[in-house]
Amino acid sequence: MTQATLLALLSHWWRNPLQLFTLLAGLALATALWSGVQAVNAEARASYDAAAATLGEAQYERLVRPDGQPMAQATYVALRRAGWLVSPVVQGRLEGVRIVGIEPLTAPGGIGPVAPQEGADFGSFLTGEGQLFANAETAARLPDLDVIISPDIAPGTAVTDIGVAQRLLGKADLIDSLIVLPAQPRTRVPLAEIAADLTRQPAQGGSDIGRLTDSFHLNLTAFGLLSFAVGIFIVNGAIGLAFEQRRPVVRTMRALGLPLRRLILLMGAELMIFALIAGIIGVALGYVIAALLLPDVAATLRGLYGADVSGTLQLRPSWWLSGLAIALGGTALAASGALSQLARMPLLAAAQPRALAMAAGRRARLQGYAALVLLVLSAILMVTAEGLIGGFGLLAGLLIGAALALPLLLDACLNLMSKAAKSVTAQWFWADTRQQLPGLSLALMALLLAMAANVGVSTMVSSFRLTFTDFLDQRLASELYVRTDDAAQAAGLIGFAKDRVDAILPIQSTQTTVAGQPTEVFGARDHATYRDFWVFLQSTDDAWGTTFAGRTVLINEQLSRRAGLDVGDTMTLQDRDFQIAGVYGDYGNPIGQAVLGEAIFGMLYPDVAPRNYGLRMPPEDVPDFVAGLEAATGIPATQTINQAGIKSISLAIFERTFTVTTALNILTLAVAGFAILMSLLTLASMRVPQLAPAWAMGMTRRQIGWLELLRAVMLALLTALVALPLGLALAWALLAVVNVAAFGWQLPMYLFPADYARLGVFALLAAALAALWPALRLARTPPADLLKVFSNER
Amino acid sequence: MNVKALLLLCWMPCVATAQGFAGLGTEVDGFSVPQPNPTFHFPSDHGAHPEYRIEWWYLTANLTAADGTPYGLQWTLFRSALAPETGAGWSAPQLWMGHAAVTTPDNHYVSERLARGGIGQAGVTAEPFEAWIDDWVLQGDWQTMQMTASAPDFAYDMALTAKGPLVFHGEGGYSVKSAAGQASYYYSQPFFAITGTLQLPEGDIAVTGNAWLDREWSSQPLADNQTGWDWFSLSFDDGAKLMGFRLQQTDGENFTSATWIMPDGTTTAYADGALTATPLATNADDVPVRWRVELPARGLDVTVAAINDNAWMTTSVPYWEGPVTVTGSHAGIGYLEMTGYE
Repeated sequence: MTQATLLALLSHWWRNPLQLFTLLAGLALATALWSGVQAVNAEARASYDAAAATLGEAQYERLVRPDGQPMAQATYVALRRAGWLVSPVVQGRLEGVRIVGIEPLTAPGGIGPVAPQEGADFGSFLTGEGQLFANAETAARLPDLDVIISPDIAPGTAVTDIGVAQRLLGKADLIDSLIVLPAQPRTRVPLAEIAADLTRQPAQGGSDIGRLTDSFHLNLTAFGLLSFAVGIFIVNGAIGLAFEQRRPVVRTMRALGLPLRRLILLMGAELMIFALIAGIIGVALGYVIAALLLPDVAATLRGLYGADVSGTLQLRPSWWLSGLAIALGGTALAASGALSQLARMPLLAAAQPRALAMAAGRRARLQGYAALVLLVLSAILMVTAEGLIGGFGLLAGLLIGAALALPLLLDACLNLMSKAAKSVTAQWFWADTRQQLPGLSLALMALLLAMAANVGVSTMVSSFRLTFTDFLDQRLASELYVRTDDAAQAAGLIGFAKDRVDAILPIQSTQTTVAGQPTEVFGARDHATYRDFWVFLQSTDDAWGTTFAGRTVLINEQLSRRAGLDVGDTMTLQDRDFQIAGVYGDYGNPIGQAVLGEAIFGMLYPDVAPRNYGLRMPPEDVPDFVAGLEAATGIPATQTINQAGIKSISLAIFERTFTVTTALNILTLAVAGFAILMSLLTLASMRVPQLAPAWAMGMTRRQIGWLELLRAVMLALLTALVALPLGLALAWALLAVVNVAAFGWQLPMYLFPADYARLGVFALLAAALAALWPALRLARTPPADLLKVFSNER
Repeated sequence: MNVKALLLLCWMPCVATAQGFAGLGTEVDGFSVPQPNPTFHFPSDHGAHPEYRIEWWYLTANLTAADGTPYGLQWTLFRSALAPETGAGWSAPQLWMGHAAVTTPDNHYVSERLARGGIGQAGVTAEPFEAWIDDWVLQGDWQTMQMTASAPDFAYDMALTAKGPLVFHGEGGYSVKSAAGQASYYYSQPFFAITGTLQLPEGDIAVTGNAWLDREWSSQPLADNQTGWDWFSLSFDDGAKLMGFRLQQTDGENFTSATWIMPDGTTTAYADGALTATPLATNADDVPVRWRVELPARGLDVTVAAINDNAWMTTSVPYWEGPVTVTGSHAGIGYLEMTGYE
């Protein structure tokens, strides 16, 4: 009996291959977008984790010098001999590769090349013969060195023995930081007695890079989730239609004695098989999408945050399994309504070919209430939401509420239009559109979500770009930055630059703790550069004046939010109270920051000497200055950073970001377009009886075709009008609620009307393209078929 | 397996010989090899011999608290050379490993340190004598000495006073380890009186007792068919002492050696076969913790039993090391070390 039932059920799909295709393609596309995005995220996160594990920043406290300069190797030995279980680390860059030197005998487990690789020789690792470990990509960038391929090493990083790293990086007898092992001996001399110049830097508890790049991944995840939602709408539509059409079959089979439970079980099993097939296709497609996107994403992250992400994708079981799981879960979600309806259906209920539409009509009121509740809830959350959960609740409420409200809105709109219509044709057009709306509403909801997501995410990314470039202007106000290695170089630089540049701005900083927050304190020299370029979120009238005079302090937004400090409040540095004169935006910085005047900074932190300098000069003089500096003082060009260079790199990075965003925009729109196409195609066959009277009364088939096309575009236009405010609300929620909760700073929101207009045109094009084939098919319906409507009894 | 374990495998003598053994009297990878009839020079021979592959300063002590509770203590510094050279900096091929332990009747506390030679983090100087790794130190003139070690769960600070002369094992300090003739240089100071404080999670405990310091170095002390050893250092109530070891061979046979030490320090060496050691009972991990030890030439027939069966050293290369009691023809206390039971 089971086999016969299955055959009967499956026969529906053989007779309606298009429906089967819709179901499989919708699900596969949804899974593909979701799992593609997840693959990119997973790859990036694995790279961060590998990077963090290389140095153990996440798990272990460290000892560093507050000025960021390396310490003497003798300090390490002195600490060990005083009972401190610390392990030295040396790091630097060579050919763009991050070289990390570790001491394998004292390093805690889980750091460095822990698993011996093929060809590894620890004798030669330890005795300074120059063995390095890196992945294949990185190894290719270090052709002159003895690199052992080790896939687990973080991208862009080569791990080697500390002695080798010191030699390669020119840091003989120097150590950059000391990892503090978690278990320390019972008897230990206090740090201040051995190395008073070192400070303890707490474990970061999750990598810095991970936190910085979270906002980027959040964008991608939002995209993935919305695409999946769009796909599930398609699947839901296809399943609903198929179940409606199979009611006669179901009725017959049940009348023949098939138990309801077995029927439901079989239909569920049938869907799960489809979901599995579609899931496999989707995961494969997702892999292709991820592989295509990853190089751009990797380049973006590397440029934006200095995070090294592997450009090649690894197939992780957790990833493809979750892809399959979400395909199955999505199908279950989409089918649950249809299956429960089937379970409740009276045994002999008549087949209702248009039941889908009728049911939608009956459900309209309920749907309206649900939408209202969700939107009101979103409005409340907009004011009150705090934290990530609230932020995501707001996003979900907004999107689902708007999607549910869309058919009602469109219906009201069409009702108005039809009342305003004068001609018979126009009246018929509006009335016919209203009648078709229930069948199309799922596809239109998908389009709404896709467009809103595009508006929201592109507004967020573009706002981020604008803010960030402004921020770069503010922070990179000097035309040239020079790093000096010691006091002699610093003196040489000042001597050389004194008469050649407009201003020398020393950059000095130290690490401390303010109100329990790790904070970097800067000393700034009194110069117009700061007054001209820095933008405050909040400040007193003469914030820079009082700060340079040593009376006040300026803090970044992160410190302000986390420590609850505002303009006018007082904070303490080195037992001295300062009033806060201003709060500035500091994007992408994970820790707090405070700026003092140069004089007071020197008094409070007499041991910190500036090693980095910003130089103001006409931009065109920079190349000559750099060449002259090297000739006169021996400070190589590699120790200088040209501001124009940084800015062009930053802009190039944003171009990459946009490549990613645009690709995802196009993909989601394509999914929505596909939804429209499939809805129209399934409707088309049922529409012949409704179009036949119009044809019989004198409309040409060509006219009918055109009107079909026009209808799709008009509905897309109406949807786009709803999508725009929804997208902006989404962008606002992302920038003002989710971003603050996740990263501690708010991004200002900018509007980009030209982008929205272009997006609208794309959406209309997508709708027109989707409607083209169904319209053509209608226009080419043989007159005989139309005539049959009048002669045949349906 | 991690880097450390791999490194340590290179250190352990059995592996070292498997890689490098090339027969008696020849050089092993450029390392020197012990020769019969040695002449020792002190204090310089208390220091390191970097031209040999492996070397150790190995102190064990039987301690008693005021309430009569017995304790055991270990302080060991191993040197292992990747090449027979010294030098300054990270690339110097001398590596150091320290093991410290305290054994109570109920607990066994272990700690391990690793360090590179060449940067001052660990080493041994002969004059004045100081052996150190990190903050662990053994120093003094071999008459009076100080010794400290510290770990997250225990620490100790001890003072030692020699009550007798140095003792040389085998043929004047040339200790043969196999029928094929592998050997090491081996002498001891078994007459240390020791006093100090143990810092344990249970609290600080003042203890006194006697300590036994072994010095041994070689480049290939075991034959390639030898898989581990059982080593006894026993102090009898009448003032006599016994050092004996049994090397386990893959063919099921053993190679034994013993030194009988009179209370005045005069010694008698016993070649292979004179000493027998027979396992009587094992602990939950199949490590024999009760032994019958016989040396008929001295009328010795004793049972050696661990004070704490679970004195397993959870170090990079694990082994068993702990205090024992001696009963039978002779009564006393001592230390037992067993390797090759992983």
